[in-house]
Amino acid sequence: MTDKRKVALTVNGKRYEAEAEVRLTLADFIRHTLGLTGTHLGCEHGVCGACTILLDGMTARSCLMLAVQADGHDIVTVEGLAPSDKELSPLQEAFRDNHGLQCGFCTPGMLTTLTEFLRDNPDPTEQDVRIAISGNLCRCTGYQNIVAAALDAAKRLQAAR
Amino acid sequence: MKPPPFSYHDPRTVGDAVALLGKLDNAKLLAGGQSMMPMLNMRFVQPDHIIDLNRVDGLSYIREANGALEIAAMTRQRDIEFSDVVRKRIPLMHEAIQHVGHRQTRNRGTIGGSLCHLDPSAELVTVAAAMDATVTVQGPNGTRQIEFAAFPVAFMTPAIELNELVTTVHFPSWPDGHAYGFVEFSRRHGDFAIVSAAALLTEDAAGNITRASVTLGGIGVAPVRATEVEQALIGQLPSDKLLREACEACRKYEALDDIHAPASYRQHLATVMSRRALEAARARLKSHTKHQGGP
Repeated sequence: MTDKRKVALTVNGKRYEAEAEVRLTLADFIRHTLGLTGTHLGCEHGVCGACTILLDGMTARSCLMLAVQADGHDIVTVEGLAPSDKELSPLQEAFRDNHGLQCGFCTPGMLTTLTEFLRDNPDPTEQDVRIAISGNLCRCTGYQNIVAAALDAAKRLQAAR
Repeated sequence: MKPPPFSYHDPRTVGDAVALLGKLDNAKLLAGGQSMMPMLNMRFVQPDHIIDLNRVDGLSYIREANGALEIAAMTRQRDIEFSDVVRKRIPLMHEAIQHVGHRQTRNRGTIGGSLCHLDPSAELVTVAAAMDATVTVQGPNGTRQIEFAAFPVAFMTPAIELNELVTTVHFPSWPDGHAYGFVEFSRRHGDFAIVSAAALLTEDAAGNITRASVTLGGIGVAPVRATEVEQALIGQLPSDKLLREACEACRKYEALDDIHAPASYRQHLATVMSRRALEAARARLKSHTKHQGGP
């Protein structure tokens, strides 16, 4: 049984149209069908947060959606966060400057999660940041520098406002 | 490719969804997917058909009706979290929903999905039991109402027929200014609670308790209303001693025994969590806040 459907959606501002088996997760569709491998897959059952994407501006775990469910929707992955190939977003810069990543596996999920969080909470406390990333597992950093990067990014975004 | 093969249906109306349920064998409804998708990915469930409710019209709203709040089944947990009317009419739910998963899962997860999945420690399930909610289901012969006390029939099994689906949940309002508290014990923020407790209180002018609701989540296969505790509080001033002694009753409730905690530990947590939920509620009683000079 290989039920297939056409999926038409926008990813990082670009229109894509591709056929997907209906049981294909959105995460696998993004990585394998569209070739956007910035979105990472850790646990594939909604615990680790590495596959977090923005669906119509709100974070979602792409391993917990079917590709067919994204038909007609607007998605941003980690590849879509930087304004251009030559510059990083303020959040990405803060990650680089604060050593907010080591192996980098959790980073796409951290960046998408914090992009939504800082948009909705421009002046967060450290505790707010820790709760915001509580659904994203990192096994390298001990979270310390990720939290520092998020707080630094909040300052940078405020200064730019 | 993680999930097993299935046929996919995305009806646009409740009627079409019910018709599909009646026609298809081994079909599963897909709501927010925050529990169903992990179960599919791990192949704990192997349905022949998935009926996706995400494109069904009219299943996402929150509105006040006849002294109750009506929340449609596909309303996202996020929308409940940020709803002013929920915060005003069911502050208990506003408090409890902060404990439901994480931002990423609340953005997708739905109230109907959570209630039908019926995890014993799910916060929204505990709140529904605490509020004496009524679940409306629609089947081929129309709609019917199920009182939440009769909604769980077994472990993770709601009292819904195979050809029915939940359309709305009614939460009767407590009076304006009622006191509430929700606490839970879990190993990490966002995890399912090992034991949670919800408390609702009203008082008279003298500060005596006039109405009490005390509910435990996670202790048994379904939420437990601690009726002994509720009765012990009525007509009394909620002193430290009274709360402590009343909540001891929770120690004798039948409790789950599993990899997360032995039954005796859950029973101990039940006494502690029920007391803490009541203390949180008490702190919001008018007589108490006046005493403390607080807000």
